[in-house]
Amino acid sequence: MTDTPPSVVIEGLSKKFDGPDGKPFAAIDDITLSIRPGTLTAFVGPDGAGKTTLMRMMAGLLRPDTGTLRVLDTDLRTDPQSVQNRISYMPQRFGLYEDLSIQENLDLYADLHGVPLDVRKERFARLLAMTDLAGFTTRPAGKLSGGMKQKLGLACTLVRVPDLLLLDEPSVGVDPLSRRDLWQIIEQLIEEEGLSVIVSTAYMDEAERCDQVFVLNRGMKLAEGTPAELTKRAQGLTYVVTPDAGVPARDLQARLIDAPDLVVDAVPSGGQVRFIRRPDCDEAGFAQLLHDCAPEPREEELEDAFMLLLRQHDEAVQGSAITPLAAGTVAPPSNGNGNGPVILVRDLVRRFGDFTAVANTSFDVRRGEIFGLLGPNGAGKTTTFRMLCGLLPATSGELQVAGVNLRKARAAARARIGYVAQKFSLYSNISVYENLDFFGGAYGLRGSRRRDRVREIIRQFDLDPDAQSGNLPLGYKQRLAMAAGLLHEPEILFLDEPTSGIDPLARRAFWRTITSLSQSGVTIVVTTHFMEEAEYCDRIAIQDAGHLLALGTPREVRERSGLRAGHMNEAFIAIVEQARAAEREGQEAA
Amino acid sequence: MTLSPFLTRLIALIRKENRQMLRDRSNLMVGFFLPVVLILLFGYGLSFDVKNAPIALVLEDNSSVAREVVSGIEGSRYLVPVRTESMKQAEALLRAGRVDAIVRVPVDFARSQMRGEAKVQLILNGVDSTTSTTLQAYINGAIGTVMLRRLDRGTDGAAGPGSVTLVQRTWFNEAGISTWYLVPGLVVLIMTLVGAFLTSMLIAREWERGTLEALFVTPVRPLELILAKLAPYLVVGLIDLAVCVLTARILFQVPIRGSLLAILVTSIAYLVVSLLMGLFISGVTRNQFAASQMALLTSFMPALMLSGFVFDLRNVPLAVWVASQIVPATHFMGVIKTLFLAGTNWPMVLQSCAIMFGYSLVLLMLTWRTIRKRLD
Amino acid sequence: MEAIIDTLAKIFSLCRKEVIALLKDPANRVILIGPALVQSLLFGYAATFDLKHVPYAVFDQSHSAASTEFLARLDGTGIFEREATLTTSQQIAPVIRDGRALMAVSFPADFASDLSAGREAKVQVIFDGRNSTTAGAAAGYVNTVIAAYNRERGAAAPVVVERRAWFNPNLDSRWQILPAMIATLSMLQTLLLAALSVAREREQGTFDQLLVTPLTPLQILVGKAVPSVLVGLTQSTIILMITRFWFHIPMEGSVWLLYLGLLGFTSASVGIGMSISALALNMQQAMLYTFFIILPLALLSGLITPVRNMPEVLQIATYANPLRFGVDLVRRIYLEGAGLGDIAHDFLPLLVVASVTMPLAAWLFRNRLA
Repeated sequence: MTDTPPSVVIEGLSKKFDGPDGKPFAAIDDITLSIRPGTLTAFVGPDGAGKTTLMRMMAGLLRPDTGTLRVLDTDLRTDPQSVQNRISYMPQRFGLYEDLSIQENLDLYADLHGVPLDVRKERFARLLAMTDLAGFTTRPAGKLSGGMKQKLGLACTLVRVPDLLLLDEPSVGVDPLSRRDLWQIIEQLIEEEGLSVIVSTAYMDEAERCDQVFVLNRGMKLAEGTPAELTKRAQGLTYVVTPDAGVPARDLQARLIDAPDLVVDAVPSGGQVRFIRRPDCDEAGFAQLLHDCAPEPREEELEDAFMLLLRQHDEAVQGSAITPLAAGTVAPPSNGNGNGPVILVRDLVRRFGDFTAVANTSFDVRRGEIFGLLGPNGAGKTTTFRMLCGLLPATSGELQVAGVNLRKARAAARARIGYVAQKFSLYSNISVYENLDFFGGAYGLRGSRRRDRVREIIRQFDLDPDAQSGNLPLGYKQRLAMAAGLLHEPEILFLDEPTSGIDPLARRAFWRTITSLSQSGVTIVVTTHFMEEAEYCDRIAIQDAGHLLALGTPREVRERSGLRAGHMNEAFIAIVEQARAAEREGQEAA
Repeated sequence: MTLSPFLTRLIALIRKENRQMLRDRSNLMVGFFLPVVLILLFGYGLSFDVKNAPIALVLEDNSSVAREVVSGIEGSRYLVPVRTESMKQAEALLRAGRVDAIVRVPVDFARSQMRGEAKVQLILNGVDSTTSTTLQAYINGAIGTVMLRRLDRGTDGAAGPGSVTLVQRTWFNEAGISTWYLVPGLVVLIMTLVGAFLTSMLIAREWERGTLEALFVTPVRPLELILAKLAPYLVVGLIDLAVCVLTARILFQVPIRGSLLAILVTSIAYLVVSLLMGLFISGVTRNQFAASQMALLTSFMPALMLSGFVFDLRNVPLAVWVASQIVPATHFMGVIKTLFLAGTNWPMVLQSCAIMFGYSLVLLMLTWRTIRKRLD
Repeated sequence: MEAIIDTLAKIFSLCRKEVIALLKDPANRVILIGPALVQSLLFGYAATFDLKHVPYAVFDQSHSAASTEFLARLDGTGIFEREATLTTSQQIAPVIRDGRALMAVSFPADFASDLSAGREAKVQVIFDGRNSTTAGAAAGYVNTVIAAYNRERGAAAPVVVERRAWFNPNLDSRWQILPAMIATLSMLQTLLLAALSVAREREQGTFDQLLVTPLTPLQILVGKAVPSVLVGLTQSTIILMITRFWFHIPMEGSVWLLYLGLLGFTSASVGIGMSISALALNMQQAMLYTFFIILPLALLSGLITPVRNMPEVLQIATYANPLRFGVDLVRRIYLEGAGLGDIAHDFLPLLVVASVTMPLAAWLFRNRLA
């Protein structure tokens, strides 16, 4: 055992790129590490930490500037092809051929890896069974949901047993169910085939499953160790606090996160707020911040240690990545009063041909609420969402948004809503100011009023008006998209998976903005894959296969799942699985 | 039987490219339907041959000589003369584009003819100078014939000064039908089109869709990728060639005097260059929009303009001529016209193939460099 | 009134954004100006039907003063250039076949004696017909030389055809082609630009963001069409400048009328581009569909071969082709100095095309989205 060489040896590795401003920046900055064979190793870090660059270098796709990089005891500088013959690599955006079917994609990769036909048959059967794709082998890859695509991508990289498997953020944009499936496949293969796996991820629950974790930030290695070793770093700093009756947990959370010199991190969870206090914080200020609520210590988790490490590192290298918006900086909308529902959905149906994407869905959203729409990929939530925004006409049913019947006056309703799309969907090649100026004009703001609004919103969201939109860091892009959606002071803001692919730090900042918007009276409808984010919502709806499975406050939904405590993630999986089991029984009975 | 890993991978990639090609309707439209449309348009629609050209006749002199001149023009099978009362009327017709030319026989035509200095006035609409030049030749010819006939009659038997007559023979295209040279030229254009419009998208598309990253980290070699992308489009090009040759022969009765083998060999040689050119552009730009623009400008337009397809290279300034010699299509154009109309000229075929081979080699190396398996 | 100003202001915002986004990218700026510049120069020099050099071979069996004089006249035109002097008739075939000479002139042994005896002396000329247009033009020149020769010898009735060519006194084919390029070249890119305008937003996901604004599909369409029209007019201007000031082709008509005509023409092209954009699912399709229609449009425009030479059916088909009217319109205004009344029959079809394709595209947007 001791004489097997490490699967990856990295010494003094650096890689520079030209930044958007033309200046070179170090994507990888003098990293040294080694990885034992037969282990599951994770690289964790926020956006721009250098995870993808490191993965690509290990796959022989990028040449290191300085330092040594040996994979499977081969120097990647001199012989990348022989490494590529032995490893499998799944890039962040796995390039499936969308016009080829599942079977054809698998065949292609099997042929390229030279998998013998007899081995192939059994292997395919196994992979298809594990990925639940066996029933759709003739379906074009382009017609699969995001989760299914990701599973197929994994299957394609696993057509043979590689000596080393590299997975670059395999679960970005994937719902909790598919994410769990992906990890089951990976763990099963490690167990049965002794696979060596290196995975990069922004999810701490995934890192927790690994044997070895490397924390990266700004191209540097911050820490390494087993999850347990790393977790210890947050020992004694983690607490949970219950807000006074009648105060939403997210308000208390907002207060805590607005005090960065006392608190490292805070998140709402099950009506309480979990937080990490700074090791060096001032006790008196701390007590004052919490008012009368008494914090109780809780057991530290890997995420706590991760947040702590990042916060300390960012402060050390000057300036945090994203400055959260302070409460009350976002102006309240000028319109709207009363407490009736602002969105009214009755018996909403949408069919595509003979496929029913949304079946008989009814719900209301009250004014000033944060309403979460959750569901696995392909559940119909995007379709519902697009109908609410007037992007897609309903097949039947009643749909009222901001008091306007969407079937009759779509344009009128659109003037009163703001929309932030899933992917960054402003114009990347023009500046922040030009984007905002355009959307101001498109929403009918004119002359000095538009100039004032644009200037105001740029100030509120702390944006650089002259920066080219496409070059902004992900978190700032998200801000710009929100700013564009809020220019015309809408009554309702729609956010479609706004935090997909964003690291925990940026997500905190994002939700801080949402909560302050909500405090100022804007109604917010949001979809998300991160179940812990449901905790920020007043009410959530869970959809699967076009049907509404659950509707209520996070606490109510959790109770319905039968799991009183624990993560929202598990509650979600339980509800969807219960519904699917009932559906299967129904079918069998019929 | 087991294939070598190289062949297994190559076949897998070819199968993939083939499927992708067949599943996109816009590909098939440009690959198969556009060539057919072009063949039909060129065969039936485009012609430089002036037929039934309307011209206005203004007969101001009523003498028999003048009438004879007019009847000579009226007898031409290329011209459709319209008699007009006055010059003013005729000019109005010309201005309105209703006639292409005015032939005016002036008042004193008969009298000045006696003096040996008769003049017929010809006014052409120079906007379409090609047609005008041709018309001028027709009208000159018609009048010349009439006068020669008069001369013969007037000088019965007596030996006048001898005259030179032209005995004209046009080789390769005896009747001077423009379709005969346009349709073989179209073969060049269509082969270019497959490369410029279809293969120029292939690598760029994979970059844009992110499919190359995963493909790179497999035992695949760059050469296999290039060959696999060539193969299906080579077949498309050959099918187009067959369609061109068949329609040229059957529909338009263009002679095929050279050997089919020579046509096939030179076409394949050019097709490879054209496809590699597309792939190279695709690999350099890594962006479909830029690739299509580049291909249009550096591959298709030169093949249309500089290859001697429509515009004869004998007429261009030296700098343009030099540029035309760099365009591969120019060399193929000369050979394919010869093979269709003149017959097999093996030295010419070999020379062209050698040039194409050179281009292929250079383009292959360049394309190879663009998809060496790296992202930086 | 307020509603109209409001609508116009929204459309203006979209136009401005489109122009900014287009001009921001340096590569775009090159793509918008470079091709127009390069192509108009290229076409100006390369696209010519005027025969300037005719290499020929001579096979003279008469070896006479008469044949020498005749050849001197050929050479005197400045067009015919003697490439080879042949000694046997077998040499004719290879010299033509290899393209060294465009024609071979043969004098029979009895050429001089026939001529002095007052008989018809025959000159045999063999032409390379691989480009029959060139061969025809060369034959025309030879005929002109022969006619002049005969006339001087008093062997032909002395009728001089006095030629005057309106609008193009020297029958220079550059005059025929370049003004037509003002319409043709700009169409190539405006069509593509318009076709990509919506397809690109769809592919990049920004179209949804646009659709949730209060802009109606028709307003979006107009906002996207105007910048494409402006680009088209800019390119036309570049080509106009080159035609007028580089190649010195005099402009007869009014500049304002020319631009009015071009405005109609470009709007019609953009209308077609917009319809393609509404139909295409992605950028690749938009591009391929554009290429697919551009070639037939260019061929059936009368740009290279006159519409009148086409079969009846295709002549009717050209009525749907804005380029046919665009080419005619520009030539008429530029070369002929036509007035508004003269070009009405070109202008109206363009307006019809524009007013059919624009609403069609708007309709397609709405119905393709659902």
